[in-house]
Amino acid sequence: MIIDYVGVKEINGSLVVIDGVTGVSYEEIVELRLENGTARQGRVVQIEGDRIVVQVFEGTRGISLKNTKTRLTGRPMEMKLSPEIIGRVLDGKGEPIDGLGSIFPVKKANINGTPINPVSRVYPRNYINTGISTIDTLMTLIRGQKLPIFSGSGMKHNELAVQIVRQAKIAGATKDNFAVVFAAMGVKNDVAQYFKKSFEESGVLSHVVMLLNLSNDPIIERTLTPRCALTIAEYLAFELDMHILVIMTDMTSYAEALREFSSSKGEIPGRKGYPGYLYSDLASLYERAGMIKGHSGSVTQIPILTMPNDDITHPVPDLTGYITEGQIVLDRNLQGKGLYPPVNVLPSLSRLMKDGIGEGYTREDHSPLANQLFASYARVIEARSLASVIGEEELSPIDKKYIEFGKLFEEHFVNQGFNENRRIEESLDLGWKLLSTLPRNELDRVDNAILDKYLKEGSM
Amino acid sequence: MESNNVIFGINGPVVTVKNASCFSMMEMVYVGSEKLVGEVIGITDKATTIQVYEETTGLMPGDPVTGTGAPMNVLLGPGIIDNIFDGIERPLKAIEEESGAFIKRGSSVPSLDTEKLWNVTVTVKVGDKLVGGDIYATIPETDIIEHRCMVSPDLKGEVVEVKQSGKYKLFDTIVKLRDDLGNIFDLSLCQKWPIRTPRPVRQRLSSSVPLITGQRIIDTLFPISKGGTAAIPGGFGTGKTMTQHQLAKWCDADIIVYVGCGERGNEMSQVLDEFSELIDPKSNRPMTDRTVLIANTSNMPVAAREASIYTGITLAEYYRDMGYHVAIMADSTSRWAEALREISGRLEEMPAEEGFPAYLPSRLSEFYERAGRVEILSGGEGSVTIIGAVSPQGADFSEPVTQNTKRFIRCFWALDKSLAYSRHYPAINWMDSYSEYFTDLDPWFYKNLGSDFIRYRQKISSLLQEESRLMEIVKLIGADVLPDDQKLVIETAKVIRVGFLQQNAFHAEDTYVPLEKQKLMMKTILYLYNKASHIISLAVPISKITELGLFDKLTKMKYDIPNNRLDMFDEYIKEIDEKLSSINA
Repeated sequence: MIIDYVGVKEINGSLVVIDGVTGVSYEEIVELRLENGTARQGRVVQIEGDRIVVQVFEGTRGISLKNTKTRLTGRPMEMKLSPEIIGRVLDGKGEPIDGLGSIFPVKKANINGTPINPVSRVYPRNYINTGISTIDTLMTLIRGQKLPIFSGSGMKHNELAVQIVRQAKIAGATKDNFAVVFAAMGVKNDVAQYFKKSFEESGVLSHVVMLLNLSNDPIIERTLTPRCALTIAEYLAFELDMHILVIMTDMTSYAEALREFSSSKGEIPGRKGYPGYLYSDLASLYERAGMIKGHSGSVTQIPILTMPNDDITHPVPDLTGYITEGQIVLDRNLQGKGLYPPVNVLPSLSRLMKDGIGEGYTREDHSPLANQLFASYARVIEARSLASVIGEEELSPIDKKYIEFGKLFEEHFVNQGFNENRRIEESLDLGWKLLSTLPRNELDRVDNAILDKYLKEGSM
Repeated sequence: MESNNVIFGINGPVVTVKNASCFSMMEMVYVGSEKLVGEVIGITDKATTIQVYEETTGLMPGDPVTGTGAPMNVLLGPGIIDNIFDGIERPLKAIEEESGAFIKRGSSVPSLDTEKLWNVTVTVKVGDKLVGGDIYATIPETDIIEHRCMVSPDLKGEVVEVKQSGKYKLFDTIVKLRDDLGNIFDLSLCQKWPIRTPRPVRQRLSSSVPLITGQRIIDTLFPISKGGTAAIPGGFGTGKTMTQHQLAKWCDADIIVYVGCGERGNEMSQVLDEFSELIDPKSNRPMTDRTVLIANTSNMPVAAREASIYTGITLAEYYRDMGYHVAIMADSTSRWAEALREISGRLEEMPAEEGFPAYLPSRLSEFYERAGRVEILSGGEGSVTIIGAVSPQGADFSEPVTQNTKRFIRCFWALDKSLAYSRHYPAINWMDSYSEYFTDLDPWFYKNLGSDFIRYRQKISSLLQEESRLMEIVKLIGADVLPDDQKLVIETAKVIRVGFLQQNAFHAEDTYVPLEKQKLMMKTILYLYNKASHIISLAVPISKITELGLFDKLTKMKYDIPNNRLDMFDEYIKEIDEKLSSINA
């Protein structure tokens, strides 16, 4: 028997309260029908006896206490899945908007997913060659990793993401078992178009699933977008054994949507008004990357987030950094110098890199080289701050050498063309060539055998 | 007990039941038809509040809630070591076999293998009088850990029946005990214990024995005792987890309990991978033979994350009571505190600082106070050492979890972002960190390594202090203007920083360094410093000394001198003498 509940008791932001409801289950999806015939969807977020609180995805505009009929659907939020989903464009809650008709589901899955048993995880070890020197050498991306790009408004994170998608060579992936899931949350229409055009140009568009919740789309829908995207990714990776790259942009908009929802629910805020469970909530997204035993597929995540005011201690980048396996941090000063990609290597990091590089993966000298580059570049920063106080002229000879090294490092190693695809050996050799401009006894992170083999005298 | 208690309200992991009078505080309950595990956390005359340890999606008002009559407890018995559990001691390997790679709800797999036959040696006979903590049987649990079945702390009596030694299952009765009142108790291979209650001990002992970790900066500058407490705070990417892994691998505890509390899933699979391959140098067996893992990753239910810390410490105490030295790594206590905050928020409690509940400090102190070196009930000695990682938001150590933790621990290993940026690991900042165990431990160091060790340590740390003071000046006017004796301090401190404090976890020789080598390294560095400062006092310019390459050589001695060739240090001393005397001449 289907019951329509007429009217609502209370409306607050995107939430409506309905009284006298029976047989409702937590997180169930409900349909709200307005008098003018339009239908909206909502989710039960709180139950108190026969009173329920429903979060309306499309917002509550136009809803009054009287004009709405609510119907329970008896199921949680589900995503329709099928191999045919590849190449489609969907809205923020997973419904097709490309005019190609609806998806004929092979399977339906709860968009919240279920946690992967830690025992069933395969520890990721195979590196993804992105062809970008800084990333490959210093913060190697590993298949099954979650590695966010920390950026700021106006920086070239979108270009970097596109370049990674275009150039990424994943071990075990062929044209047929590789796909990109792209989730746009609160981004501008231009940005979505840019990604679409770039995917088209590089010939991967037929392997992309796009979920678009643009900046003028309903905010509450935004909280569903990454979940839908990851449900698709998990389906493709763990049931169809594909290698999936998930790009999610912009996580800051997502977190803001969550904050808006939380405050309208009257929850006690944590830092900067974000809900106390922001960490758990972000983790429930990011942790859906990885590889599992018995399946050859993988989910690799590259979330993009803009740091408000370029502040890395802002709750969103901060909590993200605690969950993800490293981060790629972009820097406005580098971009100001005209360098692309403006990767600030010192705060950037890949946690899984240590087990995916070296002999058998990249080259034996990779790890010591990376350590030495980090250490030497850290010295550059020290020398620069000293120079800003006493002037470059007054620096000691060794500090001057570091200043010179820093300049070369940024211009030749960090800087590279948008279409330039460097092999890993090229990047490593370039690293050694740069280090050779420093005196050998300064290279204290590398043991002598490696130095003898790879360090060649000479200058840039 | 059949009751008709049903769900009234649901909000995230918090469920309320109306008009129920039969529940007690902290009682474990089953919620819904899938029997999700929950715990009673609040009672009023109108409603009972329950936190559920699993996803609550799909629960409905009217679903049944049944009590168990007992507080949240764990099953303690053979089979804990070399196992991996979630936050409420459910075995993840067995769950994988049951439900595949994704964890389903309402799993009812028993915590320990009930079918496995254990090789039991009964050590008591009829007529023996036993009290709580006495051992009545032993079982070889792994190749290196002997499991000792103990009488539960609250029982005592006379043995009236024993089975012969042989093969038994977990719940088989092997000993019967009669107490003063004539009640008969069946003792099997296992017992239960509530996770929020500390297990009793006879008395606490002083913290006079160090926990040797093989990590130079910890063993020499900031040592921890067996039964001590330490916190490792640090922003993301500063190496908290790596430091904890290193300690778990190399510290000289008998058993490691590693609690992954709200952290990454891939990290747990790395621990699993790595520990089963790594061979413990002391026993020549895989590390997993002495390790228990508790994995409640960040995407697993938040209430179970809150419980995981208690589950971990209870398992640790259980093995301590057998007479073992146990170290528990909690990574990270901040996630646990956040779980408290999250649940407190759902209960609409009045928040204190930054939304954390006002009882955060008391919960933290309850946890850290369960550490200690103790005399166990049966008379021997055991210890539980707690090493907790703290993840301060924004790497700001003034936030509530770090500050409150600081009050209850005695070792503070502060990780530093700028050290981590230059890949100086372990990124323990030697200026901000401290250890309060020096006075307790110095007699031990004196006895086992001689007075030199303590003297070297003091000299090393005063050189580092001096350097930090000098660097303030250098930052303003450059290093060139310093007099030569101060330049020497800077050169020497650099050797100490790069050659001694920095330690490479991936280098076969450097990942673990015995105390004797640590001492000789300090000795050699200070030997060079003393000789060189003598020469400089004779107005020889420092460039003459640096061009000899001695500083560079000492910087790399951690790699060049293998741990089993400590005699090579004599050659280094000789070389220093020879090269420096060439200047004199």
